Amino acid sequence: MSVAEAGATIRPRRRGAWARLFASELGLVFGRRRNQIGLAVLAGLVVMLGVALKASSLRHPGERGGDLMSAVAGNGVYLGFAGLTIEIALFLPLAVSVLAGDAIAGEANLGTLRYLLAAPVGRLRLLGVKAASLAVGALTGAALVAVTGVLVGTALFGAGPLVTLSGSRISVADGLLRLLLATLYVAAGLAALGMIGLFISTLTEQPIAATVATAMASTVLWILDAVPQLDWLHPWLLVDRWPAFVDLLRDPVFPDRILTGLWVDAAYAAVFFCAAWLWFRSKDITS
Amino acid sequence: MSPDSPAISSTGLAKRFGRQQVVADLALDVPRGSCYGFIGPNGSGKTTTIRMLLGMVRPDAGTCALLGEPMPVAAAAVLPRVGALVEGPAFHPYLSGLANLLRVDAADATSDPATARSRVGAALDRVGLIAAANKRYRAYSLGMRQRLAIAAALLQPRDLLVLDEPTNGLDPQGTREVRHLVADLAAEGRTIFVSSHLLSEVEQLCDHVGVMREGRLVAQGRMDELGGLRARRFRLQTADTAAAHLVLKRLGVADAVEGVDGIVGSLGELEPSRIVAELVGDGVAVRSFAPVRPTLEEAFVELTGEGFDVSG
Repeated sequence: MSVAEAGATIRPRRRGAWARLFASELGLVFGRRRNQIGLAVLAGLVVMLGVALKASSLRHPGERGGDLMSAVAGNGVYLGFAGLTIEIALFLPLAVSVLAGDAIAGEANLGTLRYLLAAPVGRLRLLGVKAASLAVGALTGAALVAVTGVLVGTALFGAGPLVTLSGSRISVADGLLRLLLATLYVAAGLAALGMIGLFISTLTEQPIAATVATAMASTVLWILDAVPQLDWLHPWLLVDRWPAFVDLLRDPVFPDRILTGLWVDAAYAAVFFCAAWLWFRSKDITS
Repeated sequence: MSPDSPAISSTGLAKRFGRQQVVADLALDVPRGSCYGFIGPNGSGKTTTIRMLLGMVRPDAGTCALLGEPMPVAAAAVLPRVGALVEGPAFHPYLSGLANLLRVDAADATSDPATARSRVGAALDRVGLIAAANKRYRAYSLGMRQRLAIAAALLQPRDLLVLDEPTNGLDPQGTREVRHLVADLAAEGRTIFVSSHLLSEVEQLCDHVGVMREGRLVAQGRMDELGGLRARRFRLQTADTAAAHLVLKRLGVADAVEGVDGIVGSLGELEPSRIVAELVGDGVAVRSFAPVRPTLEEAFVELTGEGFDVSG
């Protein structure tokens, strides 16, 4: 057979190739047992919180403060907000850090990165798909916490019209809509952290190192945000406005902090995605 | 793109990692349709060269081209026509062989999702892994892993296959199977670029060869034209060593020396049958006589005049 006869035809780039790789990536992330256990832990913490609040309300019936945790005893939907509140500082960022560690460093560590590049995947396409799957991971974590909160809360405390932090009443539907917005807001912040993690993930071949570094970055941001002497710095910190989702529970909704928070999230995400791309586009892949 | 351009070419290709010059001034020329053996000791820069050819590592200097297209600029256009096995197999351990190949296929933006399953099945069949298709990769033996990596290189029709140490870590049976596979692929008219530290492997498979030493190409060309690889030697086993030496000296074999398993010397232009006839005619009891091919080490010494050490 001549060379010409054996020749591979030159195939055009296919539409939908991006979506196909994205689907493959999601299958990889969500099919992984460790990630499934991680999600179970996120949900389990909300269950634990619900049970603890129920036990406390049984021992001290009628005793109620004006805060979010006390509000759960009056309405199960509040457990969704309470769940986000307890997991936003550590557990959700940790979950995103784990996924970010896997993103590039995990593939480099396994050596699968070189076969993706030989396929050829295209470095920008790979980075884009990894970033998108991190955003989906962040949203999944936040949504799981919120949904578990609503289900467990309703089962334990029942659901009904919600009393806002301002004292007015809103319908359950309105309450659930506000929880959805809170979930999206929290997910946006986590996705921005994911971009920091993606950048770190391009720097190393050790997924654990990338995960620890990302979790540390998040923790350092929280610590800096808690030091009053650094109040000039606080508006610039990624996590500073993360807890602002409780502003959705005021009546009327108080959007200023949330909107500024979204801008900060977007700025962090853009800067770190660009950094990841600048580093990764010409990086020597020797793993 | 011209069909006459070499399958692989490079000029002045160089790469330094830290203080170590891993590849220097490399000018590869792999003709279309050839089976090219890229040999050299471990650490001589073969894998780094392959990574540069495939656009994974950026050269410090020089240029390279695959199928006439400059790399890494044309990677997106040319790599779909190139199948590669680079530095051993690497897959997700908790996915099956089938799922791993589907993932590699999804990474190629030019591959047709509608035919993905049938192409993956055909590739698995070709390397004899159909029965283990749904087994997790972590349960695969080294030989199965190696074959899965070759299957990944065969997901599409390819013009060029770059196989880095394809028989590394395989048992004799697996080695034989992979060699047959590579020989079949070469017979189909594809260009094969196979790296190895085993000359015997390259000798059996290839018609062209390039020899690396400490990051430099010390020889390149048709296998049968490279002097160092052609140097024919023989091994003679006999009890009458003194008489045998006399006969050999008479025939003009100047370098006959006695080793642990017999007398070894260069054949030169002599026919093996003539040596045996002369030995027997002189009453030397020949226990065995065999022409021997030079080892890579001997070929190296021949080509470079230097010892064969793992390049540091």
